[in-house]
Amino acid sequence: MDFNLTAEEEAFRDEVRAFIKERFSPEARKDPKFIFNWLKSVREKRWVGFNWPSEYGGGGGGIMEQVILKEEMAKAGAPPLGTSMMGLQWVGPALIEYGTEEQKKRFLPDILDSKYQWCTGYSEPGSGSDLASLQCRAVRDGDEYVVNGQKIWTSGAAYSKWIILLTRTDFDVANKHDGITCLLVEMDSPGVEVRPIKNMAGSSHFAEVFFEDVRVPVENRLGDDGKGWAVTVSALAHERSGISEVAGLITQLAQVVELAKRTQRNGRPASEHPGIRHRLAKADTIIEGMRLNGQRFLTKQLKGEKLSSETSINKLHRAFLAIELGDLALEIMGSASQYTTHTEADADDLGRWTSGALGWPAVVIGGGTPNIQRNIIAERILGLPKD
Amino acid sequence: MNFGLTEEQEVLRTVARRFLDERAPMAAVRAVMESPEEFDEALWASMAELGWLGLIVHEDHGGAGLGWVDLVVLLEETGRGLLPSPLIPTSLAAAAISEFGTNEQKRRYLPSLADGSAIGTLAVLEDSDVLGPDGIALSGRPEDGGYRLTGAKRFVHGAGAATIFIVPFLKGGREIALGIVESNAEGVSSRSHPTMDETKPMGDVTFDNVLVPSGALLAGDGTAALARLLDLAAVAVTAEAVGAMDKALEITSQYAKDRIQFDAPIGKYQGVKHPLAEMYVDVETSRSLLYYAAWCAQEQPGDLPLAASRAKAYASESFSRIGIDGVQLHGAIGFTAEYDIQLYLKRSKWALPAFGDADHHYERVAVLGGY
Repeated sequence: MDFNLTAEEEAFRDEVRAFIKERFSPEARKDPKFIFNWLKSVREKRWVGFNWPSEYGGGGGGIMEQVILKEEMAKAGAPPLGTSMMGLQWVGPALIEYGTEEQKKRFLPDILDSKYQWCTGYSEPGSGSDLASLQCRAVRDGDEYVVNGQKIWTSGAAYSKWIILLTRTDFDVANKHDGITCLLVEMDSPGVEVRPIKNMAGSSHFAEVFFEDVRVPVENRLGDDGKGWAVTVSALAHERSGISEVAGLITQLAQVVELAKRTQRNGRPASEHPGIRHRLAKADTIIEGMRLNGQRFLTKQLKGEKLSSETSINKLHRAFLAIELGDLALEIMGSASQYTTHTEADADDLGRWTSGALGWPAVVIGGGTPNIQRNIIAERILGLPKD
Repeated sequence: MNFGLTEEQEVLRTVARRFLDERAPMAAVRAVMESPEEFDEALWASMAELGWLGLIVHEDHGGAGLGWVDLVVLLEETGRGLLPSPLIPTSLAAAAISEFGTNEQKRRYLPSLADGSAIGTLAVLEDSDVLGPDGIALSGRPEDGGYRLTGAKRFVHGAGAATIFIVPFLKGGREIALGIVESNAEGVSSRSHPTMDETKPMGDVTFDNVLVPSGALLAGDGTAALARLLDLAAVAVTAEAVGAMDKALEITSQYAKDRIQFDAPIGKYQGVKHPLAEMYVDVETSRSLLYYAAWCAQEQPGDLPLAASRAKAYASESFSRIGIDGVQLHGAIGFTAEYDIQLYLKRSKWALPAFGDADHHYERVAVLGGY
């Protein structure tokens, strides 16, 4: 066991730290053009799409460098590297692997330059956890596909220029993972309609998207006809340790601890109550457990082994913490937690914790519910029969 | 960056598993449980030959000269097999003397601990059952050349078999000393109690005006030494717990694949497979916390207290649930003495309070975290 960085890794970490110190300084942040400057400078560093191969404009960063960059950025609470989030996370890697040369040239630079947003059209009203049962239909008509159907829970649909869409082109298949075709569709195509869905925390980040006789040129198909399922699983070597997420959780826990210290409950600081202390310590321990699990996953990746279902372990911990930290904060605040409007004095606390306590489904349900993660572990790792 | 085991450590694991499968299968474990001595001398001698008893003892004193990560790998295996032996207590006594003993004490005790002719243990708890310096009330009466002890230590692991006790006591005021007391010294007597987990014999040790000569006191600050030893003990218990949890999960998963109800293996049902998945999450997370604590024990001692408490707290809680769920998922058959899963439940009952339960260690995480 060895938790030290090599000299080169240390040099890279120092470079990242120095960059953050300069470009994310309080003075730099006062500049009204701060975000613009930030995005431009991280792009120049080739830290946007850092895990993408350099021939496609990415940074060509190795696994360990990716961890260092993400962790340092998360620790500093720095803005994201690029704003085309779905583009960077899903669309770009899928294009690199399955896209034609024209598609790569057309889309990859725009994603790296944060030119516009992408959204992902995967889930449907009848296809959530059972995604492959999707029914959104695409029928080939000459050089075009004609799309009819509905998507739901589409994050950022209202402000996206493009959608990566999973459609069914063949209904007569023995295996439901076959017959799915992936299309890239412009959101302002005739026949596309977006209806925002208000969530329980009051915001409308996701939406329903309806397709009525939407015509999509064949050259916008990603991958082969009927082979769209493969596109959802990227083989690009991106680090999956989740260590940078842990940096954010450490910050969040520290905020709850601070809240407990300065909030009086029953005549003494909430942080002195055994029940609260126990829950804080348990959250701390699980976060550390996630960090160390992440180090083990990372070790495996560095040895050139592929990670599979074990990352579900940290997804389950992450789900628990998303709920627990929000709930704990409300409990510490007591009755005051009920007010969602607030005075200047408590402005820091009220809105923030309420939204945490109501915002967890985005983390807990998005990307596979906890019960789906449990199925994955039980079936793929423990070898229990599929249900 | 490498949070994995070395090739040598993997070999140690393989050899240990093979040895235990052959030499101490569950039938042999049950035989030891049912024997009045609760101890298998021939098995102990074989463990000595393999170098296990002096694994962390320096080569100069007859040991293998390995570290805490190595010991943890071994203890995971002995935990898997519920091996009934005083390996943990003896390793802790060896750690006490290796880290805090004088050269003379090392020469005198370490070779015999490593070759199996001596069996050691920590005798820390008293009537108060408070773990740590505040729980030490046994007071040494100073006299020329040493201290006289009159009182008792309780809940001592392997008390009946031990020939060497490491005994913290007060030197007059609140200052703590750790004395090496031999079981055959005048005035020392021990009494074993029947235990819920018969693979883990425990008992009380009584001191009736027992002389602890100055030469038998460990060197340095006794309070700091006691804290370090309790952390190491928590790591050792956690290591066996992780091995035992892993095996309990394996046994229960296999049962869920084999047992047919409603025309299907019960492992097909989410009511069964989800608790098993949760067990897996807990086993692997306990293991990560454990390995890091073991690494801290040897490479970064300043971080050991927090790392050890996180590991023991999380693993204790996990093992408790795995013990119960393991039996419950078996249904009525899990309740029988014949099935092995119940032995893992009993082991979880032993592991919970051993060197600090989840409550104790979570509170310590809170204190060390500054809240």
